[in-house]
This record gives sequence, C-alpha cells and structure tokens, in this order.
Amino acid sequence: MQNLLSKYTASVALAFISLCTPSCKEDPDTTPALPGQVTLEFDNVVGDAALSLDDQEYTNANGDKFKVSMFKYYISNLIFKKADGTEYKQPESYYLIDESTPNSKLVTIKDIPAGEYTGLTFTIGVDSVRNVSGAQTGALDTANGMFWTWKSGYVFVKLEGTSPQSQNGGLVFHIGGFQKPNNTIRTVSPSLNGNKLLVEGGKNPEVHMKVNVLKMFQGVNTIKFAELATTMGGENSVKVADNYVNMFTVDHIHP
Amino acid sequence: MVRQVWKQFCHLSFLVVSCGITACNPEPVVPTEGVNAQLSYFPEPVYQYQNNPLTRVGFELGRKLFYDPILSEDGSISCGSCHKQFAAFADLEHSVSHGLNNQLGTRNTPALANLRWNPNFFWDGGVNHLELVPLAPITNPVEMGSNVNSIIRKLNRDPGYVTEFRKVFHQDSVNSQQLFRALAQFTGELISASAPYDQYVNGKTDALTAEQKQGLLVFEAKCSACHKPGLFTDHSFRNNGLNSDFKQDPGRRIITDQPTDEGKFKVPSLRNVTVSSPYMHDGRFRTLVQVLEHYAKGVKTSATLDPLLAGANPGIALSDEEKKQLLAFLEALTDKKFITDPRFADPF
Repeated sequence: MQNLLSKYTASVALAFISLCTPSCKEDPDTTPALPGQVTLEFDNVVGDAALSLDDQEYTNANGDKFKVSMFKYYISNLIFKKADGTEYKQPESYYLIDESTPNSKLVTIKDIPAGEYTGLTFTIGVDSVRNVSGAQTGALDTANGMFWTWKSGYVFVKLEGTSPQSQNGGLVFHIGGFQKPNNTIRTVSPSLNGNKLLVEGGKNPEVHMKVNVLKMFQGVNTIKFAELATTMGGENSVKVADNYVNMFTVDHIHP
Repeated sequence: MVRQVWKQFCHLSFLVVSCGITACNPEPVVPTEGVNAQLSYFPEPVYQYQNNPLTRVGFELGRKLFYDPILSEDGSISCGSCHKQFAAFADLEHSVSHGLNNQLGTRNTPALANLRWNPNFFWDGGVNHLELVPLAPITNPVEMGSNVNSIIRKLNRDPGYVTEFRKVFHQDSVNSQQLFRALAQFTGELISASAPYDQYVNGKTDALTAEQKQGLLVFEAKCSACHKPGLFTDHSFRNNGLNSDFKQDPGRRIITDQPTDEGKFKVPSLRNVTVSSPYMHDGRFRTLVQVLEHYAKGVKTSATLDPLLAGANPGIALSDEEKKQLLAFLEALTDKKFITDPRFADPF
C-alpha cells in the first residue's frame, strides 16, 4: 500500500511538473524579445510576366512556345540563418505551393526566435526521409496528387501545359525522385541581397520571392520541347532539377 | 475519508498522465499475439507500427475497409475481391489482376502473408512502405479506378465509419493517413506461421511426412538460396528465365531505370503456394508441376538471367523423384489456420 501510494504521489508530482514546465521557467528580469513570424510570398512568373493559367502563350529561351495549365511545387525544411552562423530550423516544414490556389502562395512561418536573420535556406521538394515514411497528412497527404502511386515518392515540381513544339502537343513535367542516380532533391539559399529579416513579436517581415518558370528549361541544360516534353522521374527529370535550382530569387523584402 | 479522496485523486492523475503519453489509445491488443511468440526463426519485421499503434479497433477497422467496395470508383471491387482468403489472399481465377468493368492489368495478384517483413512491395518493388500499398490498386484505372479524395469524402459522409475512425485515431474527420494506417493494421497482421513446416521447426518432428522431409533436403539444396526459409523469400529481384526479351514487361527496370534490372521480378514467398495459383509475375503457370518443369527444362537465357540459373544447362537439375519430394514439401507450407481464420474473414 505504501509503495502504491508513493507511486501515485510520484505520478501526481510528475503531472504537476509537466504542467508547470513552460511557465515556471520564466525569469521576469531577463525577458528576451518574443518569437516572431515571417511571411514568404511565392510569386510565380514567366520571365517578366506574371504566370497565368489561362490561354496566355509564352516563349522560352529556346524559342519554343508554350502554355501552362498547372504549376505546383513543394518547398520544405526551411532554415533561417543569422550572421553568426546560428540557425532556426522550422519543424514539420512542408508546403505545397499551387498557382491555382492563391492562399497557398503565402506561407507564414510562426514561432521563429527573435533576432536578425541574414539567410534563408529551403529544399525544393521533399526530403528522402518523408519519401520513405509511409502515409502522411497535411501538405504531404497523398490526396494532394503529388505522390507517385506505382513508385513511392513525391512529385516535387509539377508543370503541365501545351506546346506546338511538343510531339504530342502536351507538356508533362513531373519532377521527382529521391534515390541515386536520379535524385532531384535540391536545396537552395536564394540571396537576401544584403537585406536582413528582423524577427520579433509583433512584426511580420515579408519576403517576396519570384519563381521563374522559364528557369526550368534553361541553365545548365537547354530543354527543347521537341526532344523532351514529358518526364516523370529518371534522368530527364534530373536535367530539369539541375535547372530549377535557379528558379527562386528574392525580389524584395518588407520589413 | 480524506485518504479515500486523496487515493481517488491520485488514481485520476495517474490516468491523466498515462493518457498524455499514449494519446488515450485503447490498450494495444495484438490480434495474432499467440503467433508472434513463435516467430524466433523470422527476422525482425520491417514495419513496426511506427506512429500507428496496433489496436483491436484499428485492426477491425482495417479489416472492414479491406473488404469494402467503397474503396473502388463504382463501388464494385474491394481489396478482398482479388485477395481471397481461401486462396491465401491471392486470386485463383485470373492470371493477371482483374478490375473495374472487367479490365485486366498486367501482373498476377500476389498472395498476402507476413507483409510486415517486406522491405518493399509489388512484383517490381516500386512501393516502399506497407501503408502505401493500397494507394496503387485504389488509383489504378484498371483495378479500383478511384482516387484518394473521393474515398475520403465517401468515408466522411458515412457516420458509421466516422465513428469507427474516431475510436482508432481520435480525430474529428477521416483523412488518407488514417485510411492507410487502418489498412496497414489489418494487412500487417496477416501472419502465416502455422503451417506443418512451422510446427516442424518448432520441434514437432512428426509434422512432416518422410517424403516431405526428403523434399525439405532437396529444397535446401536447390531452392532455398532465393526462397529463404522461414519467410521463403530473400526479398531480392531476379530474372528466373521466363523470357529471353522483356518488351512485354521490363520488371524492376521500370523502377530503377537500370538496364541490369531488366526482366527481374521479386522472388515471391512460397508460403501457401499450393493454394494460391496461378504462378509467376504474369500468372502463366497454372500448376506447381509446370513451375518445376520450367526450372528443370524451360529456363531461357538472357543478359540478366540470374547467375544461380545460368550455365551450360540453364536452370536447376531436378530428377523426377526430387520433383515429387519438392511438391510434397511445398504442401507443408500450406497454413490451414491462416486461410480459414475467422479474424481475417470478410466481416460483411
């Protein structure tokens, strides 16, 4: 009985400790600035023009004409870096940006420790761990249509459309694959152009990012639609991924 | 009196603390617990119910979903339509998968058993996780022809399912993760380890006949390199000489893009093989006699033919006597308890 009682007492103590943990630690004398938030805006463009999913025709660097009917991509594993090298890695950091869903193009990251951040890093796509972790929810839900059913793995970037240069008239760029030799996971750190992100409670700096569709088809590999208009993983997807590492640029920052 | 109240308070606090840790899940009950204890000759399972604690209600929900045609586009086909328990969860009637509107796929319905030990799934190993296996047949236009969004809508409109999902996952609405995890609780527990072979391994020396024991020796000498006992597969991908070119189905190459994987398919488990015909990735053989004939005399040479089958006389040398003994041994892999267990049967 004595034993049993002391066991229960211990449990109660434990319960109280865990209830107290977040608040009991506060020291009123050295209250640091409260954590803040940053909003990232993904502005999908084709060169200088805003991307439009209607009948707008564009021309790529190769002179191929094309129209876009779908453009969506994952960004994940956001990291905010300070000048002294310390960083904040956002937990559960997965976002699906979809041109057809305006809300998805604004991503607000909350609970970032206060401070002056000089760098931003993220993955285009989904890390290998989540590609092998079974059924997911939220942005990674298979219901979002960004998961290959016959060969497990996320589609990282999906662009569909039409082009008169394409042999069958269609463009199907489903870029993904996380295993060698056709790994298309790319991590990028677009320059903040010398600007700083001042993060603290009550402020909401906004980073306006331009995401240039044309960069998918130019860069280290010139993609000619007559030769390559459909890819769903594999070698050709790697060629596109090697291009789109330069797709994201920071246009300006609102403090 | 005070002591009494204090005791009750303590007890309540204890419950609150333990609920915080386990998210108030019901006591985990392993439906096939008795079987698990005997599996010392199995390796560690790959799927350990990470983030998906196995419970009685979860298993029962997965079982119901497995047998419910709600998962197909027109409500005509369930997982159980092709994976029939009496056939060790394979399909005796069709060489290749048979789906909506009598459409046919390209590969044979595999028997289901001991899936928790599989590092990957399907004949080409394209799917890397037990929870994601149902996604392929559900969305395949010639199998169940549905999509995840429409299934989730249907499940959320069904008050019975909403209640059952809530009991298992403690969330307000059903999502695809819950669907796949519930199915994994059922399919993961389809454990077959009660065949005469298993009784023999566990010390019951008269569980095999004299001929079956001879067959086991032949099996160990000539088959076990690929069909490794106790799971009776080594989970590798091999070209077993069915074809000399692979235009019809490149197999594992579809997944890896590697020319060296052309014509390779997963080595299937031989558990319950006598009741789960037809055989091979395309279901081309109706009988095990034909299968043994293939290995003895029919192996075709190609660049990726498995080294164990290659040589001046491709295949596996088997005398008539050895074939008879092997067939007798394969009977000892038939788990009658597994194929008649009411816990795995259609609940509707």
